Amino acid sequence: MLIEIKDLSKTYILGEIEVPALKETNINIEKNEYVSIMGPSGSGKSTLMNILGCLDVPTGGDYILNNQNVSSLTDDQLAEIRNKEIGFVFQTFNLLPRADALHNVELPLIYNGTPRIKRREMAREALEKVGLADRADHKPNELSGGQRQRVAIARALINKPSIILADEPTGNLDSKTGEEIMKIFSDLHAAGHTIILVTHEEYIANHSKRTIRLLDGYVQSDTMN
Amino acid sequence: MLLKLTRINEYFLMAWDALRTHKLRSLLTTLGILIGVTTIITIWTTIQGLNEYVYGQLSGLGASTVYVEKFPWVITDNYFELRNRKEVTYNEYEEIEEFATLADAVSPVVSARKKLSYGKEKYEDIRVFGTDDEYAVIGNTFPEVGRFLTVLDIQNNHKVVVLGKDIASNLFKEENPIGRRIKIDADKYSVIGILEKKGSVFGQNMDDYAYVPIGTFRRVYGGHQGIRIAVMANNPDNLEDLKDQLRGIMRRVRKVKPADEDNFAINQQDMLTNLYAQLTGTLFMIVFVIGGISLLVGGIGIMNIMLVSVTERTREIGIRKAIGAKRRNVLSQFLIEAIMVSSLGGLIGIILGFIAGTFILGMMDLTIGVSVSAIAIGFGFSTFVGVLAGFYPAYKASNLNPIESLRYE
Ligand SMILES: Nc1ncnc2c1ncn2[C@@H]1O[C@H](COP(=O)(O)OP(=O)(O)OP(=O)(O)O)[C@@H](O)[C@H]1O
Ligand SMILES: [Mg+2]
Repeated sequence: MLIEIKDLSKTYILGEIEVPALKETNINIEKNEYVSIMGPSGSGKSTLMNILGCLDVPTGGDYILNNQNVSSLTDDQLAEIRNKEIGFVFQTFNLLPRADALHNVELPLIYNGTPRIKRREMAREALEKVGLADRADHKPNELSGGQRQRVAIARALINKPSIILADEPTGNLDSKTGEEIMKIFSDLHAAGHTIILVTHEEYIANHSKRTIRLLDGYVQSDTMN
Repeated sequence: MLLKLTRINEYFLMAWDALRTHKLRSLLTTLGILIGVTTIITIWTTIQGLNEYVYGQLSGLGASTVYVEKFPWVITDNYFELRNRKEVTYNEYEEIEEFATLADAVSPVVSARKKLSYGKEKYEDIRVFGTDDEYAVIGNTFPEVGRFLTVLDIQNNHKVVVLGKDIASNLFKEENPIGRRIKIDADKYSVIGILEKKGSVFGQNMDDYAYVPIGTFRRVYGGHQGIRIAVMANNPDNLEDLKDQLRGIMRRVRKVKPADEDNFAINQQDMLTNLYAQLTGTLFMIVFVIGGISLLVGGIGIMNIMLVSVTERTREIGIRKAIGAKRRNVLSQFLIEAIMVSSLGGLIGIILGFIAGTFILGMMDLTIGVSVSAIAIGFGFSTFVGVLAGFYPAYKASNLNPIESLRYE
């Protein structure tokens, strides 16, 4: 089992008010699965993704990644998991605005001490995989939305992570560009990567093999496509 | 370990990038440091240039010579009391000559400004010294041609004169001066020697001095004038003992009561050295206070801008953390950025300080030495301030929560 979440819950505390975003959720995901997560706005999709991506910590339950209970890890250990095990793709791309595409892609490698030459080489390869080899020296504001998301995907891929997490990766793109991005995810899945993505669109979810629907912080349904 | 060596240059690249993007802001950020370091380096190099000059000059006075005189060189007592003192007399010189067993050479010295002339050539306002043969070793007055005053000249009160190099060349042009008779005021003297070139000390041209036997001087100009007694120790290590001995002789001769203070002064080169060191020490203190204050203000400026910068770049921090930057990575990045801004100011300050120091010393006809200590001080202080000022903002950045930072608008 790659991912095991047991009775996972997350409650935000806003002053006096408690906002339960996830309630006793249980999900298992195997290696090389392609899962989409759907649900109405506010149902807890991003909350779940952030916990899966070790960007956030749950308030209850356990998250076991690769047989390791993530809940007990230190900040630095979580950072290491984010660096090595997880590739995160955001709706808003989250690229460094002043750095060119190549530097954005090589960024995760800086934090695991890969030497510069090797880094550049790997970043170029990753850009090639997403079809952006000729835009390596472009800054984000010199790229289209689709191209930015490809850069973000290349960055997510660079450390050959166990899981690729994508929170509405096509949310800011038109449907044609969205399809192109989805093609990349399908290729990555075919190449053996585990992919979990959040979407509001059925046609996007149809690319995946399994759909989990959330409602008010609960798993409403979990079906194979 | 906080920084792996392979990574540290990455932080410098990041910092350099951040500085380049905000050139003007970086410069303004480091302005306080720049001014502080410029101040410190300017004064530091100026004082060092002065030191070299002053200590060089003072050492010309001879480290193992003391002078028995009416007034101390450095007056700390009430001047009006000192004025009532008796002059040092020739008789006292004779006593010291006889009883100062720790002395190698003892010379009476008296001087006056006179007009020298030879034929039509005149030379006004020349310092003429009356002294004896032993003054050769005390005053380093070695003849280039001819001889210095001898025992015979002294015993017989010969009317002879030894001339400084510049006087000789001014009065005699081409002619050989030895054996010629020149006039000092109205009296004629035979030239017996010309001294080696000596240069000047504190602006006094030592090649404009003339020396005649003390007896001759006293006979011609009167013996009432007070003298000073130059005494050279037979061993530089015995200087303190020699001073005690001289004090004993003087007190005995002058019949000073045991309870009374000395009514004469025993002067020594290190009095001036000490005075100078005191003056520059005070100046150093003032400079370090001023420099310290501007470095403090500069440090606060850097901390302020770094805090703003951390807030502005919250998203960047979130992104870096999301892809695996640890706390210490973020800490190092911002700390090195602060250090780099600060030492950049320090670097410019060092350069400006050297330029200003060169300029100031140049006005005094002195040259600056590029001193490693000044560079180290400037660089060290600015780096240190960078560390202090950068730590809190960097710590704040490193503690940001990744997901909240990513959401930050
Ligand atoms: N930082 C936060 N502080 C307080 N409440 C939060 C916070 N983040 C999310 N929530 C709340 O948690 C619930 C789930 O939010 P979440 O972002 O996971 O929804 P979502 O399913 O991703 O929605 P969308 O489709 O709009 O992105 C919402 O009710 C939201 O208001
Ligand atoms: Mg969401």
